[in-house]
Amino acid sequence: MDRQTASRDRVRWLDLPVAWVRGRLTACGHGVVLAGLAIAEAVFMHPVGLVLACLVPIPGAGPVVRYLTELTRRLCGEWCGVPIASPYRPEPAGDGEYGIPTWRQQRQWITADPATWRDLAWLVLNPMIGTVLAGASVAAIVFGIFGMTLPHGSTPLAGAGGQPFFGILVAVAGFGAAPWLLRGYGEFARSLLGPTRQAALEQRVSHLAQTRSDTIDAGAAEVRRIERDLHDGAQARLVAMGMTLDAAGQLIESNPAAAHALLAEARDSSVKALAELRGLVRGIHPPVLADRGLADAVRALALDMPLRVECACELPGRAPAPVESAAFFAVSELLANVSKHAQADRAWIDVRHDRGVLRVGVTDDGRGGADPARGTGLSGIERRLAAFDGVVAVSSPPGGPTVVNLEIPCALSSPKTSSC
Amino acid sequence: MRVVIAEDLFLLRDGLARMLEAHGLEVTAAVDNPDDLLAAVASSAPDVAVIDVRLPPTFTDEGLRAALAARRKVPGLPVLVLSQYVEQLYARELLADGSGGIGYLLKDRVLDSAQFIDAVRRVAAGGTAMDPEVVARLLARNQGEGTVAALSGREREVLALMAEGRSNAAIGARLVITERAVAKHTASIFLRLGLQPSEDDNRRVLAVLAYLGA
Repeated sequence: MDRQTASRDRVRWLDLPVAWVRGRLTACGHGVVLAGLAIAEAVFMHPVGLVLACLVPIPGAGPVVRYLTELTRRLCGEWCGVPIASPYRPEPAGDGEYGIPTWRQQRQWITADPATWRDLAWLVLNPMIGTVLAGASVAAIVFGIFGMTLPHGSTPLAGAGGQPFFGILVAVAGFGAAPWLLRGYGEFARSLLGPTRQAALEQRVSHLAQTRSDTIDAGAAEVRRIERDLHDGAQARLVAMGMTLDAAGQLIESNPAAAHALLAEARDSSVKALAELRGLVRGIHPPVLADRGLADAVRALALDMPLRVECACELPGRAPAPVESAAFFAVSELLANVSKHAQADRAWIDVRHDRGVLRVGVTDDGRGGADPARGTGLSGIERRLAAFDGVVAVSSPPGGPTVVNLEIPCALSSPKTSSC
Repeated sequence: MRVVIAEDLFLLRDGLARMLEAHGLEVTAAVDNPDDLLAAVASSAPDVAVIDVRLPPTFTDEGLRAALAARRKVPGLPVLVLSQYVEQLYARELLADGSGGIGYLLKDRVLDSAQFIDAVRRVAAGGTAMDPEVVARLLARNQGEGTVAALSGREREVLALMAEGRSNAAIGARLVITERAVAKHTASIFLRLGLQPSEDDNRRVLAVLAYLGA
């Protein structure tokens, strides 16, 4: 019993140093790999890089360079804790067969992008500066140990002068500094491989242009749908109603009973036309949303669901109308998915607003396995929210539960004042 | 019977007043905004107020809020709220005080004048007139739950008409069965749902609506 406690204590006491050593070891390992990568770049890529820089005629050289730099960006994020966003311009829509860009377009796309030239600068500098930063700690350890063990003056490597103390100091310092050196490597990589301010702005502009055109397309499609629904539905019914009333008017003297039947038919027709218009209005802009805002509209939606839905909706004010509408239709789509696919008994919705972001969460206890890549519902929501810089996060492991979170940056207006 | 109308569209206000008068009801005031409604309710002591949900100034749910305000001012005042669309959420808010004398109907129901006048009289007498569309949605929501799903088809029809606020006689007439057959169905429904049977139509409908979660 005593021994067990003691060993547990020792484990706890050892936890911290073990983690420290393990962290440094990993950092050293990653440093070696990155330094190796830099040297490999120097050996294999420099001729290609120089040719590319001078002539740019080698097909595929650009993509190879990009593959290497993208690899570096990814490793910097995973190992050095310095995530680097991709700075490239989006690939042009192709003029070639099947919409694939032609060679000329591809070359133009790569050579006209300033990020390409920064990539080349990286290829030149990385073997010099990057290798030093990434490999310094392992070099220090090796250097220290050599200095400690080899006899004085036997090799130029034994720069530590054969003094064991100095050798240990260098090795330990190199070992201890490994994570910082790795971080330094990451920052160095970001300075060349990360997007410049201008590239970031260009990316933002192209994102805005894309979402704007999506929004316009969606709006136009919506208007066409409404026009079609009105034409086939209410409008047709009103025409039929007019004709029925006309027939009733002609029969009213000669055959009152038949006229009466026609009038009843006209009334039924008007009821149906009204019901269709109501359905149409609900699809355009749900009345409760207009009346009360998002929280009550979501509550009303939850009441209409065939499964138990609990709402925790707290909004101190109202979001801008387009945001409300987008969020409402997203929730409506998600709930429809829940009742259609999830085989859930219950669902939970929470709506709140903090630090300038409207957050909506929809959770169900169904079977999970929802995949945003398949099915148009989730990607439709993503597109709709993208217009507001909103994002969708889906977590749906097989077996459930499914959690979908929406975030839309927006400000709330003060609540509507009411006289009652 | 004295009626106050609040409706912002002149044509509908005028049409409603004429229809009510044609059926022998007295329209003491026809107004087009919530403030005038509250004043008319206070001054003319109507038996029932017929109120459109959309009223100025914002044309959202002022009518609903005015109806609730009028009932706070004149406790137990029967109100019949008309709307282009019906929502369970609003039905719930109207029924919240549990005292009856509530109507919530689609505007389309006005087209069937006999049914509509019947609803107005029922609400004025302290009864309930819930729109069939609200009831249908309440039933759909309870469909998955055991008890309502276990009712027979005929019993569900009776339950729906009960939830709309109709008396046994009216249910019998609608389903073309005798009043005694209706009474048998209602007794069976109350037993199955575990509700306290009640001879009083008004308390009965409130119990049913509460059971369905309105």
